[in-house]
Amino acid sequence: MSNLWIHPALILIFGGLLLPAVPARLKKGWLLLVPLLVFLRVFSMAKGVFGVVHFLDWTLTFGRVDSLSAIFGYIMSLTCIIGTLYGLHVKEDAQHAAAWFYVAGSLGVIFAGDFLTLFLFWELMAFSSVFLVWFRRRPESLAAGYRYLLVHVAGGVALLAGMVLHHQATGSWDFVTFDVHHPTLAVWLVLIGFLLNAAVPPLHAWLPDAYAEGTFNGSVFLSAFTTKTAVYALCRGFPGMEILVPLGVIMALYGVVYAVLENDCRRLLAYHIISQVGYMVAGVGLGTQMAINGACAHAFAHILYKGLLFMGCGAVLHMTGQSKFTELGGLYKKMPWVFVFTLIGGLSISAFPLFSGFVSKSMIVSAGFEEHKLWVGFLLMLASVGTFLHTGLKVPYFIWFGKNHCKQETWDRAAEPPWNMNAAMIVASALCIFIGCYTPYLYRMLPYPDVAGEFHPYASYHVSETLQLLLFTAVGFFLLIKKLTPEPTISLDTDWFYRMGGRIFLWFAKKPIQFVDTCVGEVYRVLGLIPLMISARLAGKFDDRVIDGAVDGLAAAVRGIGGRLRFVQRGQMQENLALAFAVAAALMVIFLFAYNAFAR
Amino acid sequence: MKLVQLIDFLRDRLKTVVRVCFVLLAVLVLLDAIPALVDKEHAHTWVEHVPGFWAVWGFVGCAILIILSKWFGHLGIMKREDYYDE
Repeated sequence: MSNLWIHPALILIFGGLLLPAVPARLKKGWLLLVPLLVFLRVFSMAKGVFGVVHFLDWTLTFGRVDSLSAIFGYIMSLTCIIGTLYGLHVKEDAQHAAAWFYVAGSLGVIFAGDFLTLFLFWELMAFSSVFLVWFRRRPESLAAGYRYLLVHVAGGVALLAGMVLHHQATGSWDFVTFDVHHPTLAVWLVLIGFLLNAAVPPLHAWLPDAYAEGTFNGSVFLSAFTTKTAVYALCRGFPGMEILVPLGVIMALYGVVYAVLENDCRRLLAYHIISQVGYMVAGVGLGTQMAINGACAHAFAHILYKGLLFMGCGAVLHMTGQSKFTELGGLYKKMPWVFVFTLIGGLSISAFPLFSGFVSKSMIVSAGFEEHKLWVGFLLMLASVGTFLHTGLKVPYFIWFGKNHCKQETWDRAAEPPWNMNAAMIVASALCIFIGCYTPYLYRMLPYPDVAGEFHPYASYHVSETLQLLLFTAVGFFLLIKKLTPEPTISLDTDWFYRMGGRIFLWFAKKPIQFVDTCVGEVYRVLGLIPLMISARLAGKFDDRVIDGAVDGLAAAVRGIGGRLRFVQRGQMQENLALAFAVAAALMVIFLFAYNAFAR
Repeated sequence: MKLVQLIDFLRDRLKTVVRVCFVLLAVLVLLDAIPALVDKEHAHTWVEHVPGFWAVWGFVGCAILIILSKWFGHLGIMKREDYYDE
């Protein structure tokens, strides 16, 4: 066996760094080749522990490959292919590189065997994904990106604090299952860090805030990686943690309630990520083998259908420039195929028989019933009603049918998207249907394949139950459609606290602090300035004769350096940040690569 | 553009489509009542043995979600789009 174990994240990072050097005519080939190589690398990985690096006093494990990390690695690298294909026509290299670094971060977390490695890639995810928001280049995207980063940095600090405390208590950096029945402060802090990335209320508001502001293809990536990587981390660290069950159920319903109010289709989808991740979080909390299987299966299916839904709505945004229901409608005449793909995504998320959600979501619901937590089962079924109501009915209806609110300009722009966007949606649609029809494909990959093999989603009762639930939801939708008419509003969420909190801080900075500053200035002028003037006059005489000569020479030198510095520093803060991250990432990669290759 | 024609074809006959759908819904609930076809051995609670229980759950759940959410939204959660603008 070769000693060199190539981390799939390395391929992505190198691929992204080399992207600007690839000639224009080979660019599209490169964009498809790199994710494909990553997928093949993940697919061909043997189980075991690899990439162990001794660095200072630490042992870093980059490659823990077991059935849990393998299934998440598989779906993440598969999504990277689809997402890159979807944005293939985007000319800006940096957008592709940001997306790839983001995926690399996610793969790094998934295969990490210790907390230090996990944290490194965890932060790489946050700092690279924010560019997918900023690249939309609206003033709103800039602000949303900063808020996103702020929240994630706060979550990262909680995680780091938890890790360090955990290390102090146990002397180990290994990332293994915690003692969930006797959680210490360290465990709670790590949990908070994970829950923030999983968007568990009240730590969720960053998600709709940022994902609705992302670029048309950036949000496809965003929808897949951050939350599901957190689900992986929860599956690994916290199976059977009781509190996750009620949190998950609350999440599932919270997302549904906000989706009723939402007018922006991508914000609506973002709220449904929260709702769907709620199922997974509840599954982790239940902690039985079936429930963990369910959480993994649902994450797998969810990444595909949610990506598909974001691709459908992203195509509408890309082609029309609009994402609000009150600016759209009647588009089936212009974009019929995007409608079909989005509908397939909608039917998959709603768990219609023959679509992917049906074979994954039901595992978690069944696990709830089997644990005799009836309220979990029934409330999750209620959340399913809401899922179909919005994603299966409201989104397709108010974009492609319903009252036509399109301005003439929107209507004229609307058309089927470029071939590569369609191709990506076809691939995702086909996978959604394939998973729904041929269950062994997904079930064999699950952490407990034997348990999964005994689960039969197509039992007559389950099919009957699901069809009744969903079709009668449709009846309710069409009867109450007047009440659902979208309104051009935004909904307050927990981000209100930090958005308004920031404003209060600014007000303080502007008003009281400035007032104090003025007072101090006044006192200073009266008491300080007059004596100062006298002494200044004396000093002036000294200055004139002695110091000027020396200073003039110095000033000329400083001006020269300053001019050169200004040349480097000009440009926007984001460009500087991008440069800093790129340099840091490059250094990290070179460093690790050198270690991997030569340390042994 | 065959797909658009198909959608238009169905839209022109909306009444018939709706009728067919209602017949299908009725058939669905009737089938649920036949134990030979729908084996409820795996049901966890007694209410699930009531034929059409999940149909009622779906319909009522949908109505409650819409009405309660909108009520909640109009309590002051839904704001004008420029709410956060300075």
